[in-house]
Amino acid sequence: MKKDRQTIAFAFKKSLPVMVGYLFLGSAFGIMLFQAGYNFIWAFFISIFVYAGSMQFMLVSFLSAGTAIPTAAAVTLFVNSRHMFYGLSFIEKFKSMGKRFFYMIHSLTDETYTVFCGMKCPKNTDEKKVYFYVALFNHCYWILGGIIGSLMGQYIPFDFKGVDFSMTALFTVMLVEQWIQFKTHIPAIVGALSAALFLLILGPDAFLLPSLMTTVLVMLAFRKPLEETTRKGAKQ
Amino acid sequence: MIPFWNAIALIATVGICTFLTRSAPFALFGGKREIPGWVKYLGNILPPAIISTLVIYCLKDVRFAVFPFGAAEILSVLAVVVLHVWKRNILLSMAGGTVLYMVLIHTVFA
Repeated sequence: MKKDRQTIAFAFKKSLPVMVGYLFLGSAFGIMLFQAGYNFIWAFFISIFVYAGSMQFMLVSFLSAGTAIPTAAAVTLFVNSRHMFYGLSFIEKFKSMGKRFFYMIHSLTDETYTVFCGMKCPKNTDEKKVYFYVALFNHCYWILGGIIGSLMGQYIPFDFKGVDFSMTALFTVMLVEQWIQFKTHIPAIVGALSAALFLLILGPDAFLLPSLMTTVLVMLAFRKPLEETTRKGAKQ
Repeated sequence: MIPFWNAIALIATVGICTFLTRSAPFALFGGKREIPGWVKYLGNILPPAIISTLVIYCLKDVRFAVFPFGAAEILSVLAVVVLHVWKRNILLSMAGGTVLYMVLIHTVFA
């Protein structure tokens, strides 16, 4: 019992960096969806079953325009293609999580992935449950944000413009953490350079997948030297 | 508004396709067989590369070529980095950077 409580408390603490951003972005989604003519019940179910930030915003425009199913499928696969790379780090872990396996995959968003990457569970917690609860808490913030937005969107008086920067801040902080903990800085540098380069060449809508694929190829090409540097006492 | 079932079909499509992208590595390498060495290696080495890509992804719509040249974003990201190297407190670094960003876009760069 005590261990369960410590596990949930630790998971909650780890989910806090995502909370503000998800409540805010979820609300922004709820407001947009409401304006398109869909109430909080729709926001609730979409946030549970789709659970993807930028794609939910695009879904609102699909619903307004009555986009054809094949088009919606193709756009989703393209926009979310970055997610293909996230599971690579958690194949063994999620496989060992029994009936929670599918939920862990479903809930692997950019933010949850980032939190997982920097997470080290203390001995007094149940590691698998920590992963599950972090995913669940983040999902709850997102759902709650969607409901708040669609119910109260019109009445929020304060100008919240800029709160979404908290997501940029989250990834930046986690990058600094990786920088400090990781034995080699080459992956972080290659990722950033590749992203910046393809952003310049292909523009904001098309750069992500080519950039990540290039990064993966570079990592594979330099596997030997990189593995040697990381093996020297690295924890990751 | 589009018909009810049409809306449901669209939501299901986006949901299922999102799940497909997230489940790809598990479908490919999650079976009974041993995970290939190069996949394990990628799993270990990719997190910092993906997270640095995500930082750029967040800044993708910033227009660095026109005034104010993304100054609010650059200053706020720097603030997050400095705060984090200095104090190593995740929530503090995030809050500091976000508050600075909001102040900047509502005042200096409004």
